[in-house]
Amino acid sequence: MQRFSALSLLRHALGGHTGWQPQWRAPAPKQAYDALIIGGGGHGLATAYYLAKQHGLRNIAVLERGWIGGGNTGRNTTVIRSNYLFAESAALYDHAVRLWESLSQELNYNTMFSQRGVMMLAHNQHDVQVFKRHVHANRAAGVDNEWLTPQQAQAFCPPLAIGSELRYPVLGAALQRRGGVARHDTVAWGYARAADALGVDILQNCEVTAIDRDATGAVTGVQTTRGAIRAPKIGVVAAGHTSVVMAMAGVRLPLESYPLQALVSEPVKPVLPCVVMSNTIHAYVSQSDKGELVIGAGTDAYTSYTQRGALHIATHTLDAICELFPRFRRLRMLRNWGGIVDVTPDRSPILGRTPVPGLYVNCGWGTGGFKATPGSGHLFAWTMARDAPHPINAPFALDRFRDGATIDEAAAAAVAH
Amino acid sequence: MLLITCPWCGARPELEFSYAGEAHIARPADPAAVSDADWTAYLHMRTNPKGPHRERWRHTHGCARFFNALRDTASDTILATYKAGDAPP
Repeated sequence: MQRFSALSLLRHALGGHTGWQPQWRAPAPKQAYDALIIGGGGHGLATAYYLAKQHGLRNIAVLERGWIGGGNTGRNTTVIRSNYLFAESAALYDHAVRLWESLSQELNYNTMFSQRGVMMLAHNQHDVQVFKRHVHANRAAGVDNEWLTPQQAQAFCPPLAIGSELRYPVLGAALQRRGGVARHDTVAWGYARAADALGVDILQNCEVTAIDRDATGAVTGVQTTRGAIRAPKIGVVAAGHTSVVMAMAGVRLPLESYPLQALVSEPVKPVLPCVVMSNTIHAYVSQSDKGELVIGAGTDAYTSYTQRGALHIATHTLDAICELFPRFRRLRMLRNWGGIVDVTPDRSPILGRTPVPGLYVNCGWGTGGFKATPGSGHLFAWTMARDAPHPINAPFALDRFRDGATIDEAAAAAVAH
Repeated sequence: MLLITCPWCGARPELEFSYAGEAHIARPADPAAVSDADWTAYLHMRTNPKGPHRERWRHTHGCARFFNALRDTASDTILATYKAGDAPP
C-alpha cells in the first residue's frame, strides 16, 4: 500500500502524478475463504478491516453486488453524533464517535471528519422538555450535550432565524459539539484500501444469489454471479436489502425498507458553520466543504426498493429549511436522490448472531447508519470472530424482540438523523 | 406521488392515504396459547420483499376505510387494489 503523506504528495506531484497505484486490487474470487461479508458499504468494509486488523482473519472477502460505497454509504447526509437518549444507544454511537476521532490517522486516509457541532432545535414546550432530558441523560452517560437559549443558538449559527413571527419559533437548542460531518465516500475507500492491504479480497459486481447450508443448518457458503464460494462464517451487512439476503437463508427479520431522500443545493461560499436539525418540522441541513447545502428529507410513507422518493416529501423539507433560514430561499437545488433504509420496530439496529449457525447480521440502522460506521464494523468484527457479542452490542441482539427488551429510540431520538 | 385506486372511491393522489404495512397478518386467536417465537413473528417479523407486496392502505382523507393493495416494491407499480376481506389476487 502506498502511504499518503505531504511528502508523498509532493514527490508524486513532481512526477506528474503518474506513479500512483490502484488503492485496492480487483482479485478473482477464490473457491473458499475463512469468512465472507455480504455488502461492500462502509459497515461491511469496516467489518472486514477490523476482522483482519484486530482478529487476524485475513483470508476473507467482501462481496458487493454493485460497486463499493454505492448504496447508502454514498447516499446519506454524513451527519455524525451520539446524543441518543438511552444508555445502550449512547454507548453504541459514542463508541463510533471515538473511533471517528482517530479514523483518518488509523486508515492513513483523510475522511474529512469535521467536529463542527450538531444543533437540534426545540420549537415547542414538549421539544424543550425532551431535549433537556436528552442533555441530562447524555451528560450522565458521559456524552457531551448542552442546552442553548435561542440567542446562544443564533450566536453559534448566525443564519438561523429566531424571531417570534415564525410558525415554529426557536425556543432553544441542544448542541453536541463533538458531532459533525465526514466525507462519506472516503470512509468506504479508506476502509477498502486498508482492508485490501491486509489481504482482504474486495469482490465487486459479485451478487449473492443463494446461501448454502449443510444438514445441521449451518452455513457452508454462497452462490454468486461470479461462482460458488465456500465459507464457514458469513456476515450480512446489506442495509436496505437485508431482508432479501436473509430470506435466502430462510430467516425473517423485523425489518421494513423505506426510501429516504436527500438533496443538495448549488455550491455557495461558507454560510452555515454547523449541522442544524429540527425534528418537529422535519429538516436537517449542513454545508459540505465543496459549498453545497446538504439537506436530509424524511422517509416516504410506504416500503420500497426504488432508491427514489416522492417529490412532496422533499418539498415539505425545503419549506421547513426556508423558514428556518430565510436567506436560503434563493438557492437552487442541484440534485436529489433516495437510499433504501432498513427500519426496525424500535428504530435501533440489530447487530449479532442469528438462529442459523455461522450466519451473522448487522442491519436495522434505519435512517442513521452512517454515523455508526466505524463502531458498527468494529463491534460486528468482534461478534463474528468470537461468535459472541461485544458488551456494547449485546443489547442489540435479534432476541430483544422476543424478550421485550427493545431499545425504543423511535420516540426518544425522534425522526431525523 | 402515487395514484392509488381506492376500491370504494376510485383513483386518488397518495396524499389522501395512509400506509398501514404488510397485509394478511392474522392475530392469533388465542394469544396465551402461542409460543414466544410465534408471537414475536406475529408482532414484528415482516416479509419486506423486493417485488410484489400485499399491503394495507387506509383512505384517511376520503372514505377512511382500510383496503389492500398489491404493489411491486421494486418499481412502485400498483398491480391491484381490493377490499379488506376479499381474497388476494
